[in-house]
Amino acid sequence: MRSHVPSYELVSAHRLPHALSMLTEGYRPIAGGTDVMVLFEAGKLQHKKWISIREIQDLRYIDVTPDYVTLGALTTYTDVRRSEILAKEFPLLAQAAALTGGIATQNRGTIGGNIANASPAADTPPALLVYDAELELVSQKTSRWVRYTKFHQAYKVMDLAPDELLTSIRLPRRFANWRHFYRKVGTRRAQAISKVCFAGVRHGDQIRVALGSVAPIPIFLESADLSAITPIDDIRSTARYRLQVAKNLMAEFLSIP
Amino acid sequence: MSRLLDVLREDLRLTGVKEGCGEGECGACSVLIDGELVNSCLVPLLQVEGASITTIEGVAIDGKLHAVQQAFLDCGGAQCGICTPGMILAAMALLDQNPHPSLEQIKEGLAGNLCRCTGYMRIFEAVVHAGRE
Amino acid sequence: MRKVTGQAQYIDDLCFPGMLYGATVRNPARRGKIRGIVFEPGVPWDEFTIVTAKDIPGKNYVALILNDQPFLAGEITEHGEEAVVLLAHPDRYLVEEARRRVRIDVEPLPCIDSLDDSLAKKEIIWGDDNIFKSYLMNKGDVDRGFAAADLIVEGEYETGAQEQLYIENNGMIAVANPTDGVTVWGSMQCPYYVHKALIPLFGLPPEKIRIIQMETGGGFGGKEEYPSMIAGHAAVLAWKSGRPVKLIYDRAEDMTATTKRHPSRTRHRTGVTRDGKLVAMEIDFDIDGGAYATLSAVVLSRGTIHAAGPYSCPHVRIRSRVAATTYPPHGAFRGFGAPQSIFALERQMNKVAAALNLPPEEFRRRNFLHEGQTTATGQIIREKVDLDDLLFRALEQSHYYHHRETFDRANSTSTLKRGIGFATFMHGAGFTGSGEVTLSSVVTVEATAEGKVRILAASTEIGQGTNTIFSQIAADALRIDYSLIELAQPDTATVPNSGPTVASRTVMVVGKLVEAACIGLKQMLVSSGLLEQPYTSQEFAAAAAEYVHTLGPLRASGEYKPPPNVFWNDETYQGDAYGAYAWAVYVAMVTVDPVTYEVRVDDFVAMQEIGKVIHPVMAMGQIEGGVAQAIGFALYERVAWKNGRMANGQMTNYIMPTSADLPPIRVYFAENPYAHGPSGAKGIGELPMDGVAPAILNAIEHATGVAFNQIPLVPELVMEALAS
Repeated sequence: MRSHVPSYELVSAHRLPHALSMLTEGYRPIAGGTDVMVLFEAGKLQHKKWISIREIQDLRYIDVTPDYVTLGALTTYTDVRRSEILAKEFPLLAQAAALTGGIATQNRGTIGGNIANASPAADTPPALLVYDAELELVSQKTSRWVRYTKFHQAYKVMDLAPDELLTSIRLPRRFANWRHFYRKVGTRRAQAISKVCFAGVRHGDQIRVALGSVAPIPIFLESADLSAITPIDDIRSTARYRLQVAKNLMAEFLSIP
Repeated sequence: MSRLLDVLREDLRLTGVKEGCGEGECGACSVLIDGELVNSCLVPLLQVEGASITTIEGVAIDGKLHAVQQAFLDCGGAQCGICTPGMILAAMALLDQNPHPSLEQIKEGLAGNLCRCTGYMRIFEAVVHAGRE
Repeated sequence: MRKVTGQAQYIDDLCFPGMLYGATVRNPARRGKIRGIVFEPGVPWDEFTIVTAKDIPGKNYVALILNDQPFLAGEITEHGEEAVVLLAHPDRYLVEEARRRVRIDVEPLPCIDSLDDSLAKKEIIWGDDNIFKSYLMNKGDVDRGFAAADLIVEGEYETGAQEQLYIENNGMIAVANPTDGVTVWGSMQCPYYVHKALIPLFGLPPEKIRIIQMETGGGFGGKEEYPSMIAGHAAVLAWKSGRPVKLIYDRAEDMTATTKRHPSRTRHRTGVTRDGKLVAMEIDFDIDGGAYATLSAVVLSRGTIHAAGPYSCPHVRIRSRVAATTYPPHGAFRGFGAPQSIFALERQMNKVAAALNLPPEEFRRRNFLHEGQTTATGQIIREKVDLDDLLFRALEQSHYYHHRETFDRANSTSTLKRGIGFATFMHGAGFTGSGEVTLSSVVTVEATAEGKVRILAASTEIGQGTNTIFSQIAADALRIDYSLIELAQPDTATVPNSGPTVASRTVMVVGKLVEAACIGLKQMLVSSGLLEQPYTSQEFAAAAAEYVHTLGPLRASGEYKPPPNVFWNDETYQGDAYGAYAWAVYVAMVTVDPVTYEVRVDDFVAMQEIGKVIHPVMAMGQIEGGVAQAIGFALYERVAWKNGRMANGQMTNYIMPTSADLPPIRVYFAENPYAHGPSGAKGIGELPMDGVAPAILNAIEHATGVAFNQIPLVPELVMEALAS
């Protein structure tokens, strides 16, 4: 444990208004902890004041209406895997959740955390992008919806103010009869960070594709043109590999009948 | 913001839970929180207020081994033993959800618990045996 | 039992009253002169115990082979992450904070970044020529052999570093003061190695140093020599502070600062006759030792001796070298040089077969060693070796011919490419040549007051079943119940030096001493008149207890005696290299995905002759675990080097196979009792590391038609070949 633990402060919010108020006082939210605590152990957690939102039961739900399936931000990967409606109408999200970490990570990690942590290698964002997700961002004084395709702007830079909390993710129920394709290429078959992550849905000539790990943010495309991706060499893989595999996955996606 | 892992080991002296990596990769720190498998190195103490935590010390009841523990002994599922407490809890969590898992389901259920000694074969056999009990 | 209940005590589970927590401050740069050590403000330094090289009471070197490595860098640091300053404090969090606030100023010196740069002597960083050790092994006259060859085939093969990745990190607790001496508890394979290393560190006599092995969570060689370093560190902190000191590495420190498998580069030149007989083998085997010698000479030795494999060839020349580079030193890892040279050999054998237009299995058959023939060191094989039979059975179990034919047909049309390949090999158990004689290992057994039998041996249980097997050997030799056998904790104050727990020697060599000591004990008891044969377990226990109560200690020892007619010449490196070889054929079936370039091993057959199987479950467990670790070596475990140190020192980024990645590993044994092993057993711990990688790469070549010659063969490398 490389951090000086006593220097850190963690308080718990049981209700949303309390959490939002703490955000205005410079606290940052921690939910499942599967990202924050890793940085903490490595001695790389700069911020010292944290508010646990995990106890806010109101933020953990999967709600179904005729037009939308809405997930509370604290929906865990396990919750996603257990949802029949998601398996049926948003299978790529269920697949992504099943490929994130292992069972223990899936039990604690949340979709909201996966989005707000903004790792370019995150597994659910490509699925959420192709499913045209919308995010509800709430602060003490404001509440707004943002199209997820517009949310990530640059590496770890999002359309999210320091006093705003991501509270829900809304998925329009219009993809059920599209063709769905998801492939995560990781360093191994389980418990892996992706080297290339590909989600795609197709209906006739319309395609919606999203890729992870090939740019500083997850990339959304509405054509087969991959020129927007900018893969790099890093500790896990090479730019050439990522580019070639992205091309291969696009070809595989386009070839499904 | 103390880690649950450290509180269990240092304050409560429940040293059956182990630190193998500190990053949620190896599963040696696995515990059950309200019956769910969790890596205790990634859980801040505050978040388990009111929760029921099971460590390996709580698995045998009145000295009688759990079926999973007995199966590990019978099948050679433990070599150096450092992954064993976490592996047993992961197996218990799996069998709790799915009493008769297929080999693929066992592999998936245990994929977050790394073992360097066994190559997993004896562990899979132990889980299959325990499932039959 | 204690392992499944969580009661087994590993070093980090212990807590001593008044204990301090230690931390190591390491060189943040590379090779250089240490200009200054700055303790930055904001830390209550007066509360800390601080140790540098000048605080070492005795000599600042880790006694091993060449004694070139210091415990703490003094004026010069030879590699990144070298230990420079030690800290201790009662607050484990504060000691981490303090570690960050020690600045070590290093004025750079030239570095050697690669094996080739070292061999080319771009800079001399060690000795006169950067070479820790070299060997030249000659059998026959290789030039004459090549002259007689109809075909000559060349090849070059590389293996990378590999991290042992035991799930329990290195750790020690020490108590030390000038009056009582030094006691260290910890995670280790060889208590007597640590003992030997701490004697000159403190300048104390041997009886004042006491080393106690705790339950150890995996070793694989990574806890063979490295523990001496961390034990020394904990001990000097304890010495200076007057308090017990606990020094436990976290995963990042363990990965970046401790030893790894030696990277290698092997060049083969093979001469064969038209009808597929080997006539000349010339092998250049070079390995990278890192900045200090550690055990490099012995790793090189084993790799050299195994480099020409289980084949009969009249003319062999092997030149081998281990060279210094500016990286943390490499060290022992299961297989110890043999996985590296055998990888090269078994890939080369397939290449030669292909050049001859012979199926690889037929080429092997024409060249396998048989009883009466000689190895590359001129050792006459004096046992019945039947590699043909092992090969036949392995190919049968793996449905080799069926799959090869099916894949050949399907690969032209299917997207996924499938292949099957094998490797044939041997592994010598025990120390090379006269090594066991030098070790002169001893085991003692004694009766307890309750009539049980306690085994006193320095061999450690590190997961491979030492305790179980010794108990079984003892129970069998004494013809008493297993439950009457106890194992003493390996503690240098009480157990004799049985040699290190390495080299696949624990069952074969030390187990034999357990057997001998037990037979001696039984004879003493019977000759005392207290016990008549035949006897029951209860009668034995009663007699033993009575002996102890009335006559005093009942104790017998077994001391190593070399088998007769074993001759080894250290100068020429010729003769009987090992007392026994295990023989094996491994078969891998793979799928290569041309979309992602990932290789998946779908099935694995491990067939080996190991003398006698003493404990089937444990023997299977050793092979299965070794195969899994070797699959990692072949396909997944890449060390990323950056700025002279391991850059991917996290479990997230150093990729070890999970349960989801591994194939069914199907293990089969053949038996051919070895006269000098207990019940005929040979050593097996390292054998499985040798044959996996070449079998997999042979299968990949079958699947893709591309000859890959380096490991770890990660998808990025497969892509470079297949996508072009």
